[in-house]
Amino acid sequence: MPATSFGKAINRALADAMEADSTVVAMGEDIGSAGGPFGVTRGLQERFGRTRVIDTPISEAAIAGAATGAALSGLKPVVEIMFMDFTTLVMDAVVNQAAKAHFMFGGQRSVPMVLRTPHGGGLNAGPQHSQCLEAWFAHVPGLKVVCPADAPSAYGLMRSAIADPNPVLFVENKKLYAAKADMPEAPGTVPIGEARIARRGRDVTVVAYGGVVATALAAADTMATTGVEVEVVDLRSLQPWDTDAVLASLQRTHRVVIAHEAVKAFGVGAEIAATIAELGFDDLDAPIVRVGAAFMPVPYATPLEASYLPAAGDIEAAIQRTLE
Amino acid sequence: MSQAERPISADELLHLYRQLLLIRLAEERLSALFADGAVPGFIHLSIGQEAVPVGVISNLGPADTVASTHRGHGHALAKGLSLDGFFAELLGMDAGLCRGRGGSMHVADFSLGMLGANGIVAAGMSIALGSALAHKVLGRDAVAVVFFGDGALAEGLLHECLNMAKLMGLPMLFVCENNGWSEFSPTDSQIAFSLESLAAGHGVRYQHVDGNNVVAVAESARLAVDDVRRGRGPIVLECKTIRVRGHFEGDPQKYRTTSDSELEAHDPLRIAAEQLRALGIEDEQLSVSRAEIQTRIDAAVRKAREGEPADFATALNDVYAA
Repeated sequence: MPATSFGKAINRALADAMEADSTVVAMGEDIGSAGGPFGVTRGLQERFGRTRVIDTPISEAAIAGAATGAALSGLKPVVEIMFMDFTTLVMDAVVNQAAKAHFMFGGQRSVPMVLRTPHGGGLNAGPQHSQCLEAWFAHVPGLKVVCPADAPSAYGLMRSAIADPNPVLFVENKKLYAAKADMPEAPGTVPIGEARIARRGRDVTVVAYGGVVATALAAADTMATTGVEVEVVDLRSLQPWDTDAVLASLQRTHRVVIAHEAVKAFGVGAEIAATIAELGFDDLDAPIVRVGAAFMPVPYATPLEASYLPAAGDIEAAIQRTLE
Repeated sequence: MSQAERPISADELLHLYRQLLLIRLAEERLSALFADGAVPGFIHLSIGQEAVPVGVISNLGPADTVASTHRGHGHALAKGLSLDGFFAELLGMDAGLCRGRGGSMHVADFSLGMLGANGIVAAGMSIALGSALAHKVLGRDAVAVVFFGDGALAEGLLHECLNMAKLMGLPMLFVCENNGWSEFSPTDSQIAFSLESLAAGHGVRYQHVDGNNVVAVAESARLAVDDVRRGRGPIVLECKTIRVRGHFEGDPQKYRTTSDSELEAHDPLRIAAEQLRALGIEDEQLSVSRAEIQTRIDAAVRKAREGEPADFATALNDVYAA
């Protein structure tokens, strides 16, 4: 079980998928010889050639539109949009074209494309290179959205996303790229929509995804020293999300905190909280508490960004509130 | 593009004429159905522009793909979409090409290479770009064609797609249907450049043709499609044409001053009929064609109306592909 970084796990999933299926192509800005700004596509162009690993101009709208058209014409494109902030430029292709094609054309064709994109702060990258915009996409019928937190899930979800007949947003938290985890020699796929229990606990459930799973696990370690056993549910998929796993955990703990790096207002956590209120109200012994970033653009300066991002202490305070 | 002009036979031109007539009569029927309230929503008619889809698509085969616009009935019918499925779609029936979920602005038949009309101006360009990319990567002997109006010259996507098609040497034909209107505004009040200069700026070859003369469009498109098919990269074909109706059906067109007689002078059906007469085709044959096509349209509308309406449960089930 060699340790593999999150970024290398995605790289391997892309390579394995391209090896297994000649219709899988990768396209994006500087993904070829440069290997992508975070090195996720490193070596793929050497291995699979320039026809299948396509360096594109800085034309996000055309890249995403072309991927949609290519997917409607027999390819399985995996697009990289260099920062999630730049997905503002792909909205027509993703929201109006790819998401709706299967439905709007009466089920004639689907759009088997994956759009990979890094989100998240902590790199002093400022207001236009740090945002977590996944809730926008989870709101659109026809799109799937995943956001893994560890290398095996990243590998397994990428294989599932490429095999999926629908457009899938594959969101990668930048701070996770170097994070290592044990990977089996022959890693398996992870079904889209299936959560993972990252830590077992009987007292409080923390539902998290992406980079905040590690923050939640750190908070759980701290709480354990005070005798509070926290269960951490790593959602992994946001659209669809694993309602059953969250409700089952709630039935064990009767208290729930939802934490993510995206701003709290109108976020993924709001949807989960509302669903728990609708379906799991009788299991709640305390109000649901949400943790998310402050409602402001992601700031640049180190102390500002540190205050902006949800920290383990914020999750610990939220857990305490459910115990009061 | 050095081949000599190929003379057209009477049979070939009669075939094109019948295609023009099919689109014209189908849209006139739609107009009536819209006025009756049977076709809801927004429909954008291409009456006056029929020679562009007919002329261009006469050079395409079933493997060649077409991405269209909100004014896309002509592209769909010229690509061979079933009249039954077409009318059933616009009437909101389950037997519609898109099972009543898309309507006029999303008519598609992927089995015939018709990648859909499109409700977003210029969006078809990148869809066709990707289709051309797939043709190239998969080694297909096929080209991708995007139709767009002159209003789309104001969209940045055109620049992105011209650049990428040229850089990647894709088998793609950009067909501009220049009807002089950007929705409710004259395009010369919207666009500060010519398409020819824009193409030249991207190193993309450019042709232009009288878009109301189906013979001229077919010939110009034949040269362009052959060239694109040979792997020599993209071409822009600009077709100057006319928009007889408003931006959408029901548009009062208070912004418009062009007289009907001026429009009549450029009617592609009238021009094609004159060319047919010059080739010895009698008016009676044209009347027979008209009656035949009208009968087919009547049957398609009747059949559509007798079918089942679009179904919500199956629609809900099709948001995602299984």
